[in-house]
Amino acid sequence: MTGFAFAWQGQSLQMRCSGALWWPAGRWLVVADLHLGKSERMARRGGALLPPYETAETLRRLGDELDALDPAVVISLGDGFDDDAAAGALDADALCALDGMARARDWIWVAGNHDPAPTAPLPGRMLDAVALGGITLRHEPQGDGPDISGHYHPVVRLAGARRRAALIGPQHLILPAFGRYTGGLDAADPALSRWVAGGIAVACVHRALPLPLPAPVRQRGRPLRPLP
Amino acid sequence: MSLPPAFADWFARQGWTPHPHQLALLGAGGDSLLIAPTGGGKTLAGFLPSLVELAEGWKGLHTLYVSPLKALTADISRNLARPVADLNLPIRVEDRTGDTKTSARQRQRTDPPQILLTTPESLALMLSYPEAPKIFGSLRRVVLDELHALAESKRGDQLMLGLARLRSLSPGLIATGLSATVEDPQALADFMGGARVVHADPGPDPDIAMLLTSRPPPWAGAGGRYAVRDVLKAVAEAGTTIIFINTRAQAELFFQALWAENDTNLPIGLHHGSLAREARARVEAAMAAGELRGVVATGSLDLGIDWGDVDLVIQVGAPKNVKRLVQRIGRANHRYNAPSRARMVPANRFEVIECIAALEAVRARDLDGDARGPGPLDVLCQHILLTACAGPFEADALYAEVRTAGPYCGLSRADFDDCLNFTATGGYALRAYDRWQRLMQRGGLWGLRDPRAARDLRMNVGTIVEAEMTKVRWKRGGGLLGEVEESFAASLVPGDTFLTGGQIVRYEALRELVVEVSPSPRKEPKIAVFSGVRMPMSAELSHRVLALIGDPARWEVLPQPTRDWLALQAEVSAVPRPGTLLAETFPHMGRWHLAVYGFAGHNAMQTLGLLLTRAMEAAGLGPLGFSSTDYALLVWSLDPVTDLGPLLDRDSLRAGLGDWLADNAVMKRTFKNVAIISGLIHRNMPGGRRSGKQATFSTDILYDTLRRHDPDHLLLRITAAEAGRGLVDFGRIDEMLDRSPVLDHRRLDRVSPLAAPLMLEMGRVRIEGQGRMRLAEQEAEAMMQAAGLQLTDDPGGFDAPAAAAALPERSRPSRSRTAR
Repeated sequence: MTGFAFAWQGQSLQMRCSGALWWPAGRWLVVADLHLGKSERMARRGGALLPPYETAETLRRLGDELDALDPAVVISLGDGFDDDAAAGALDADALCALDGMARARDWIWVAGNHDPAPTAPLPGRMLDAVALGGITLRHEPQGDGPDISGHYHPVVRLAGARRRAALIGPQHLILPAFGRYTGGLDAADPALSRWVAGGIAVACVHRALPLPLPAPVRQRGRPLRPLP
Repeated sequence: MSLPPAFADWFARQGWTPHPHQLALLGAGGDSLLIAPTGGGKTLAGFLPSLVELAEGWKGLHTLYVSPLKALTADISRNLARPVADLNLPIRVEDRTGDTKTSARQRQRTDPPQILLTTPESLALMLSYPEAPKIFGSLRRVVLDELHALAESKRGDQLMLGLARLRSLSPGLIATGLSATVEDPQALADFMGGARVVHADPGPDPDIAMLLTSRPPPWAGAGGRYAVRDVLKAVAEAGTTIIFINTRAQAELFFQALWAENDTNLPIGLHHGSLAREARARVEAAMAAGELRGVVATGSLDLGIDWGDVDLVIQVGAPKNVKRLVQRIGRANHRYNAPSRARMVPANRFEVIECIAALEAVRARDLDGDARGPGPLDVLCQHILLTACAGPFEADALYAEVRTAGPYCGLSRADFDDCLNFTATGGYALRAYDRWQRLMQRGGLWGLRDPRAARDLRMNVGTIVEAEMTKVRWKRGGGLLGEVEESFAASLVPGDTFLTGGQIVRYEALRELVVEVSPSPRKEPKIAVFSGVRMPMSAELSHRVLALIGDPARWEVLPQPTRDWLALQAEVSAVPRPGTLLAETFPHMGRWHLAVYGFAGHNAMQTLGLLLTRAMEAAGLGPLGFSSTDYALLVWSLDPVTDLGPLLDRDSLRAGLGDWLADNAVMKRTFKNVAIISGLIHRNMPGGRRSGKQATFSTDILYDTLRRHDPDHLLLRITAAEAGRGLVDFGRIDEMLDRSPVLDHRRLDRVSPLAAPLMLEMGRVRIEGQGRMRLAEQEAEAMMQAAGLQLTDDPGGFDAPAAAAALPERSRPSRSRTAR
């Protein structure tokens, strides 16, 4: 058991160490910011030629979660593609993998700022937002919520490194980016912390580890185990 | 060859006689390399042939001068002004660096001066413009200043590629290298692509000794603050003093300590690479005007800026490298025939031994240095891309041209083609970018697919990869104070005080990627550490240290406090001796530490570090990281090593040479530099760095992805070759174990005297294993407890926001108040 189960807005939820959110009530699996096709988009725009393997890598990790949980609905919380054209530029292997995963379940692509209207036909439905159990699922947090969103790619510092983390505030729940080629914004950044003040973070490492948000100063001088 | 009459008269009017090496360069018909000590009229020697030729008049660019420092070009500009004015020469001298105004750059592209002063990066940039053939077509001479310093890094490789390009654009041009004393002049001449070596008279031996201090150095510590009063006294007695300190952080601390004791208000300044440009310029100007009695400096002043009358150099902290020490000593006294005067201040008692070993080496004129390898391929990749920015090129011609550069004379066609393929398509096994190639072949010539890419490429010229820096400025107006490393800035919380620009400041906020601070009334900064550049001790120096430490009969050359220190080491633990491998296990700062004194050189100790941490990981001891020096390895972990013998078993050590070695932080750090230099990723984007980090991601991700999907990729090969220079064959580990058949593993209750200096080593290597995961769990749990939050086993039993919201305001972490 590597997830972190918690109650939020009257719902039982589980944060997975993969960075996905599992909502057992309706067997919903929510992932944010897949950014599929990122390397292709950068190359298309005359930028760097990054190793073109991130889409396969992201879909492989998503496939592992599907195998483990068998969700009825998969919701991509926006920025599923690095831009609208990236959806049309996926290679045959990626399309085949996506088709296979979307078979026999509902698949919802929520629009993000990177992919407001993907140009290619994709398996599943496209929506601007989804309402589930009194909670709105959208790309960016809004107003008083309650909503579940992505967009910011939150990270926290833990054990000497930046780790992907979900941020759980009283009214807003912000998921980490699931995509392989994604960076992170520190949870202490005002652009992010203003949505989730007084909440907690769940760091996605080998386990989903809850910690207070924002993190207090690191502590030194812990007691040692004695020498045998 | 003799001087033309007008020049001879001018020398006479200055009361000078031309040095033989100046005349030798004047008569040289081909490329030369001048080896001369500071103050030997080296720069004038380099320019004299140009001045003589230019006296007749010249249309267009005649001489290009390249130096490693922008500050040097300004200095040269000043020094050349005098003969040009006195002799009424028809010469315009201008500089072209990152600081040159856009209007001046534009003009230089249409109407270049006769003499242009620049840096390797600015030269690479100029060569990337389509006008390059026109600008450099008239070039006759290139002067490469401080070539010894440039040759130590990839900047030198880039410069030599640029020189090869210049030779194509202007066949027959003459290159002159100027260098301080080096251990192997011929190697440096080969680096230039072949040159005649000219030696200047090395001058008298330097007057170098330890600074007498009223108090002995401390057991450990790196700052040298115990000697502040003695240093002030020496500064007061001298004319002008440069105080060299190894790292920026230590320079900040020492400068602060100096001013706390500076009762007579001696004017002393601070100069290092993280200060704002304006602050550095102020210090440089004050120094040139003779207004300062002293300046505390790091390597930013290593090179030959002419400060006028510096007559004393004080080196605080062990020099780590004899060649650099000699070059620093040369800064004292720019008069040719007087000995340079230098004093050393060891920061702790171990460094006393290092300083004495260095003194012996200087007296024996025994310089150290590593042979440089062949030209690195990441620099070549950047060169190919920049060449394409200037205009389409033919692969065969470029290959032939690159081979004329000294470092690339042995470049194989296969390696060149791999680099070309990488710059064109990314060079991936999965040919994903055939539509979006960066370079395309049209009519037999390679060029940019999209000419707009040139802007991004030009913004990322250069081979210096530094830690990402964040600017620091005053909150209520006022200018920039300097920079700190981004990782340091990220660790600050409001209210923290730290040192920057010689002042204690209070962290207020991070606004648009700039750290805002206010003045702090505190005397001691709360956080004073920001990481700096690692300074490995040279192998020659570490051998001298070993010889001294391992032979008690020679201890009499050591001062009494250091002998006491070694005696204490013998008492609480043991002194390393031949035939025995000494190791110590002790707790420190909440971690278990293991020190292994192998005395096998930095590369061998680093390799052992990687292999030993793997064995510790397998044994479940939770290793978190290690650092290595030339004489020892230090590993820290969650659990102690109680039985070292089995961990040093050769077969299990050897088993770690595969995956563990490829998957470590040394490799990832190297890969990052390679990825940036080769142009795989761009540091600088138009319009400045993006706000918010969600757009950029770690190069570790790229490294891992490439390893999984494309293990033979060019960049992985470059990374392995480069990181490999910092590692050794297993044979060297075998040899070390053979040399020390007896294992003497001591269990101590605290840091030993010999281990204390190891704690100060930079360049730590992180281990991301089970130990790190356990640490993450412990830290998260401790933070939850500190915040008064509790978890229950019941999955639904934790209602996060409600619990947090119920906390009283003051028990919340202070950081939460920064939220808007």
